[in-house]
Amino acid sequence: MQTKRMTFSSKWLPYALLAPQVIITLIFFIWPSYQALLQSVYRQGDAFGIRPPTFVWFDNFKALFADTLYLNSLKVTLIFSVGTTLLSMSVALLFAVMVNRMIRSRDSYTTFLVWPYAVAPAIAGVLWWFIFNPSIGIMPYVLDMFGYDWNHRRNSQDAMMMVIIAAAWKQISYNFLFFLAGLQSIPHSLIEAAAIDGASRMKRFWTIVFPLLSPITFFLMVVNIVYAMFDTFGVIHATTEGGPAQATNILVYKVYRDGFVNLNIGSSAAQSVILMAIVIILTVIQFRYIERRVNY
Amino acid sequence: MVENNRWGNILAHIILILGVAIVVFPVYVAIIASTHPPGTFVRGVMPLLPGPNAIENYTTVVTQGRSQAGTPPIGGMLWNSFIMAMAITIGKLSISIISAFAIVYFKFPFRIFFFWVIFLTLMLPVEVRIVPTFQVVADLGMLNSFAGLSIPLIASATATFLFRQFFMTVPEELMEAARVDGAGPMKFFKDILLPLSITNIAALFVIMFIYGWNQYLWPLLITTDPEYYTIVMGIQRMVTGGDSEPLWHLVMATVVLAALPPVLVILFMQRLFVKGLTETEK
Repeated sequence: MQTKRMTFSSKWLPYALLAPQVIITLIFFIWPSYQALLQSVYRQGDAFGIRPPTFVWFDNFKALFADTLYLNSLKVTLIFSVGTTLLSMSVALLFAVMVNRMIRSRDSYTTFLVWPYAVAPAIAGVLWWFIFNPSIGIMPYVLDMFGYDWNHRRNSQDAMMMVIIAAAWKQISYNFLFFLAGLQSIPHSLIEAAAIDGASRMKRFWTIVFPLLSPITFFLMVVNIVYAMFDTFGVIHATTEGGPAQATNILVYKVYRDGFVNLNIGSSAAQSVILMAIVIILTVIQFRYIERRVNY
Repeated sequence: MVENNRWGNILAHIILILGVAIVVFPVYVAIIASTHPPGTFVRGVMPLLPGPNAIENYTTVVTQGRSQAGTPPIGGMLWNSFIMAMAITIGKLSISIISAFAIVYFKFPFRIFFFWVIFLTLMLPVEVRIVPTFQVVADLGMLNSFAGLSIPLIASATATFLFRQFFMTVPEELMEAARVDGAGPMKFFKDILLPLSITNIAALFVIMFIYGWNQYLWPLLITTDPEYYTIVMGIQRMVTGGDSEPLWHLVMATVVLAALPPVLVILFMQRLFVKGLTETEK
């Protein structure tokens, strides 16, 4: 990794400049993560100090993967992240393609589409929770006219749909901005050439525009999965609280419940370690993509 | 020139207008709900036109909150959120810019090692190490304080990377000239580098402010004293704090107030926001 060709020389100054960042990282990031690793291979002692913590190798992990609740949470997280990513990205791509056709109205549409980024996930959850409220919400009222009895308090699928919509809604702005930037960087000459050869609009989109967007699409997929897995705690906690019957109990919510409500430290730590492994894999994938993009 | 399809354009406008309507709809409903008296929400479906109680509802939440359910007035929570968001933003920006300065403008042992230590923070979001981080903060006696709300969140790999990237593009000659003129590193930083970085700082400020304002899990864990509640987490207390259905007119007034500051920031600083968003991902 490079520095400037010519550098300042000081024995202590660079360390002093790095100190605040590094100290905070050590205390609040590295040390807790090390603790999580440690706790994940121990069985916690009891509250009275009669039985001390014991080293149990990978028992906590074995217990997790034998636990139907945890396996269910993995499945729920998978459905939730894939659902959120697909919904949010496809809607955003549609909007971006449409806005990209506009000339005069481009900026005004953009303004209307970007602000949900600023809404906190928890607030997004509460907003949609209200709209879908079985007794006074508007959506159940409309769905009832089509003969569908919506109730996310009892029906697992309804609850999952609701949290996916809330999580995806907030993320549309982000995906939209990146897709729009991607579309604007596609050389116009390519599209013109295809038009002269008689390719229809649809054909031009699927054979030229969409393949050229694939690096951005891939990047957004990773970002959206990270978002759906780790940033949506508020959506769940403020609305369904993992229910009904574990139907929306995603991994980050389960870590929190097991650690703070059920006080099962060993299991919660093992879950943390698994989550860390997932984040590390996703971050590495994301960075490999970025390296590739730089080479273009 | 690609053909100009009139009907296609009209169709695109229709799709976009419908799209914007769907995107705006939840907030529209919230604003409407916040203007109705409580009675509206026991009589079946929620109305779509404003009611007469706007001023009353907003005054109630800002000055009283839901005292019977133990939720403090929103005024205080808004202030707490503001302090927390500003502390996180300013903290992140200042420690990131000086560490990027150290990494780019100095050669020293363990430079790469420190770079990796900072990089690790990207991989360890609060959500994945909740319990031990809480224990550290509790052991340091930082529960229920602004320090506890902000300091653990101010380490930032993304901001450090962005500043590093930007510093690498600053012409070498500037530093050479500064050194010829006898300026030391801190003088160079203060008089040359900082003024050059001002747009980057502003763009990051927008992103970080939104990040700080929208914190949810962290304040939820470390504040038990209502005096330190922030507004985004306070909404959850309002929704579940009572024993019956939530008082929707008050909840929605709170939701509107909680979402307003960051939304205004985006709307008024859209260019900076877009710049910050797209550059932090590079």
